[in-house]
Amino acid sequence: MSPLLEQTLVVMPAFNEEASVGAVVREVFETLPGVTILVVDDGSTDATSERAQTAGALVATLPFNLGVGGAMRTGFKYAQANGFNNVVQIDSDGQHDPSSVPRMLAELQAADLVIGARFAGEGDYAVGGPRQWAMKFLAVVLSKTAGTRLTDTTSGFRASGPKCVALFADHYPAEYLGDTIEALVIAARFGCVIRQVPVSMRVRSGGVPSHNPFRAAAYLGRVGIALVFALARPSSTLQGT
Amino acid sequence: MSLVSYIFGIASATLALIVVIELLRRRSLRERHAIWWLVAGTLALVVGIFPATLQWAASLIGIEVPLNLVFFVSIAVLFLVSLQHSSELTRVESKVRTLAELVSLQDLRIRQLEETASRDADG
Repeated sequence: MSPLLEQTLVVMPAFNEEASVGAVVREVFETLPGVTILVVDDGSTDATSERAQTAGALVATLPFNLGVGGAMRTGFKYAQANGFNNVVQIDSDGQHDPSSVPRMLAELQAADLVIGARFAGEGDYAVGGPRQWAMKFLAVVLSKTAGTRLTDTTSGFRASGPKCVALFADHYPAEYLGDTIEALVIAARFGCVIRQVPVSMRVRSGGVPSHNPFRAAAYLGRVGIALVFALARPSSTLQGT
Repeated sequence: MSLVSYIFGIASATLALIVVIELLRRRSLRERHAIWWLVAGTLALVVGIFPATLQWAASLIGIEVPLNLVFFVSIAVLFLVSLQHSSELTRVESKVRTLAELVSLQDLRIRQLEETASRDADG
């Protein structure tokens, strides 16, 4: 049991994930002994909360769906209130491999935000078409903003250090794409050091990524809008403290 | 302009103002939301009583048909009010979001405290 893991809170946003959440929680406990897991049930209508609780995770149940951003801010608030230094976000659909977490936490010693990146040489995850252009474009712009080379900016597999936990407990955006793109911009503007670590991603246990060209084009448009507004907004400041 | 339409104009503006003031009086409309409606109602009343002011204002900014000024001002007021509503809605949504997050965390804390309490009672 490492003290680093004891100071780490794994936050798993879950929306109607009763099929996978129990298994993912158990796997994380096995891979990362001593870690605390908080499943944020994002207004699910199924048995997500019960499954997570049976598997041994703490469960915060949101009264209605807030999106990943709302669920994550709940997690950051919990970490802040209960003295956790680090927060690791892991999807509850089993897409993220918890065995990458120790490497991310190690990288976090010299950084404030570590992103588990899919295209950084590991794994067999592939996308194409407009979705890929959107990701490339984002990578170029956000690398410039963050001052480091980022290849997978929409990855939800992230580890945040104390500085980012305090920032995100107040300012974690809830809009669509806000939890990935805008959160990066907010962190970079706040002076957080951002790094990426290559991770392998598994195929999602439920659902297939969409290959509809219209959807992909709409996605590209929304990425552009989200990015423009994220960059146009004033920098965040911490209230009170 | 006939006398009937003259009276109709004044009556409409007065009615609008009465409704706004009554809502304010009953506290079902906050001042910062009422201000645009008060301004619009007052303008309508002034123009209704003294139609010459409309002609004067229209010629001042070079609008040939004074009625167009009425349309322009009406649309401008509606636009600003609806923009204000969108912005208020965003603020309210973000407050609701914060409350929902706190509710879920307090619910978790209560469950933890209850567990500790029942364990203490057993042991």
